[in-house]
Amino acid sequence: MQYLVSVIDDKSNPGSTDRQPAISAFNERLVAEGYWVFAGGLADTDAATVIDNRGEQAVFSDGPFLESKEYLAGVWVWEAPDLDVALKLAAEASKVCDRKIEVRPFQ
Amino acid sequence: MSDVEEAITRAHHEDWARVVAALTRRFGDLDIAEEAAAEAFATAVQRWPADGVPPNPGAWLTTTANRKAIDRIRRENKRDDKHKEAQMVYDGVPPEPLGAIDDDRLRLIFTCCHPALAMETRVALTLRMVGGLTVPEIARAFLVRETALERRITRAKAKIKAARIPYRVPSAEDLPTRVSGVLAVLYLVFNEGYLATGPDTDPLRPDLTAEAIRLTRLIRALLPDDGEVTGLLALMLLTEARRTARVSAGGELVTLIEQDRGAWDAALIAEGHRLVRERLAAAAAGVAPGRYQILAAINAVHTSARDMRDTDWSQVLALYDQLVRLDPSPIIALNRAIAVAELDGPQVALAAVDRLQDKLAGYHAYHATRADLLRRLGQSQQSRAAYDKAIELAGNTAETAYLTRRRDQLR
Repeated sequence: MQYLVSVIDDKSNPGSTDRQPAISAFNERLVAEGYWVFAGGLADTDAATVIDNRGEQAVFSDGPFLESKEYLAGVWVWEAPDLDVALKLAAEASKVCDRKIEVRPFQ
Repeated sequence: MSDVEEAITRAHHEDWARVVAALTRRFGDLDIAEEAAAEAFATAVQRWPADGVPPNPGAWLTTTANRKAIDRIRRENKRDDKHKEAQMVYDGVPPEPLGAIDDDRLRLIFTCCHPALAMETRVALTLRMVGGLTVPEIARAFLVRETALERRITRAKAKIKAARIPYRVPSAEDLPTRVSGVLAVLYLVFNEGYLATGPDTDPLRPDLTAEAIRLTRLIRALLPDDGEVTGLLALMLLTEARRTARVSAGGELVTLIEQDRGAWDAALIAEGHRLVRERLAAAAAGVAPGRYQILAAINAVHTSARDMRDTDWSQVLALYDQLVRLDPSPIIALNRAIAVAELDGPQVALAAVDRLQDKLAGYHAYHATRADLLRRLGQSQQSRAAYDKAIELAGNTAETAYLTRRRDQLR
């Protein structure tokens, strides 16, 4: 079972910025234990562009699809046997990143 | 009630959870298990009056439910491999904790009370899947619309499937937290029955307290060595024992101090005391008691006093001190202050209560406690204001009636 694991940051109360070494160590463990599928940190939401080509021509808009205080700062994809395993890892991930984590299963 | 009706009611109490749990294991799907169990009981209602009650009702119901489930899977033309893919995670490993009974019902309970589900969802799912209450019954109990409740249960079943919430007894390491999550669900059901909220509901809901006690008994049978399970059962029994004395004929709440102690249920008290003694022995052997055990012990002190004046308040206070160390919540501190009032007088207690204002200003019991202490101190005007605030915030009809009388008796 694969889970999308989102790291959520808060613009008005951001998590600490010195987490990279701890995150790298955690990633190595995810790989060693067979949970790691993919991981990536994201650039600021200001760098996002939304494209809507459902009409006559593509419309580009500057910025994220949703302006909010909380935003997606990075993602993982994990392979885990069930939600209990994913939640346990997510609890560790939240500590490691100093940020909130959302766990959502793929279909 | 006829013999057959009685047999069906008994089978429903004893076997509903067993049938749902066994089918969930076999088919890996709560939805199929729930529907097939309901159909099997409906078939029993149709057939038993004519055919007679089968010698082993539980086995009959399980077999019938199994057949219904297979029919449904065939009807929906689910291919076997596709169905297997969607099955819940079940590892068949017997539960780790010593003394736990390997029973599918335990897996069912832990799945329904999973921490990834919202509290209201856990309550609804537990009452439906484990308790066997119907959707209309649960909706009535919690004053929600049937359609809303049905949606909530449907969404929960979909989440369990989509997110792969496992059908499993948690590992020994996670067990204490997960058991306390299950107990929180049962205590919530009990409390809603004991002090029902809402202007349109009866102040006491014995159907809910009885169901909470029944389910807690079941969990105690499955986890006999868990002290908190025993503690919660004792707490419920000692509280339930006072139920009939708690509301007057006029529909008014009667406080512990004013209750007719002769109206308390002696059998429930005896059973509750026996359980508390069991936990005291464990505590003496070095097992630190959790909050339900301490709350049960406090209730044991109250129910040991034949007259309010015989209450061992210093013992009550010592137990509250122990509880505060474990759970520093302001509600515990408020209840502790009530014991302080009996030992050190209302003035000392009022000072302790006033310190809780920031945290409890929106809680009716805070204002009711202050009102009572101010009344005892002869500060009528302030007492009246506190009663007004308590009445405004109280949700229970019997409590509102009591507070109103008390306020109107102020001079």
